[in-house]
Amino acid sequence: MQIKVLYFARIKEAVNYSSEDVVLPEEVETITALKYWLSKRGEVWANLFNGQLVVRAAINHNLVDDLAAIEDGDEVAFFPPVTGG
Amino acid sequence: MIRVQTDDFDVAQILAGMRQNNPKIGAMVCFVGLVRDMNDSAEVTSLTLEHYPEMTEKSLHGIVSQAKQRWDILDAVVIHRVGTLQPTDQIVLVAITSAHRQAAFSACEFVMDYLKTQAPFWKKETNSQGARWVEAKASDDEAQVRWTQ
Repeated sequence: MQIKVLYFARIKEAVNYSSEDVVLPEEVETITALKYWLSKRGEVWANLFNGQLVVRAAINHNLVDDLAAIEDGDEVAFFPPVTGG
Repeated sequence: MIRVQTDDFDVAQILAGMRQNNPKIGAMVCFVGLVRDMNDSAEVTSLTLEHYPEMTEKSLHGIVSQAKQRWDILDAVVIHRVGTLQPTDQIVLVAITSAHRQAAFSACEFVMDYLKTQAPFWKKETNSQGARWVEAKASDDEAQVRWTQ
């Protein structure tokens, strides 16, 4: 399946871009699996997505937990804990 | 009314608009969040707020509708600024109207506690040593969780 992935704040700065279209292998069906898959891209990605940092996720503009399922065409966003207000 | 904007806002004008022609309103509570010059490190010279535009308003609408289900409130206004701000600038306004004060007090606090932990905004502060992302606070999470207990 193909999805769009967005990055915000310090995660965007670390990966050096704000969005990408990604074709996922069949076994990547949840946020947990997507984080693990992204962590294999190299050192920067491993540091972000190996579980040491708290990285929140949204699917189609709704906050989700890491067990949430990803579907074809979804917009997935990764960001640090929010600090507005 | 929910707005995310770079421009400043006039609290008195917004509150006057909320009570105009609304004789059912007996109470109005508002919270204004400001940029402080001191955070964890050296004196802050500016603060830049980033957000996730497609998600931000949806998130704020969701928070306000939860407050409306929970308390008997008449109206809610949330305005949050983004972009670069200076110490003493206004960042956020939450204003709630109701017939009686308790609903407005509680709903205002609830909306702020949820906004701080769920709405997709991120602050980056600049001081003489450079710029850094503001860390989320455990006390903000605790403030939100108490509404679920």
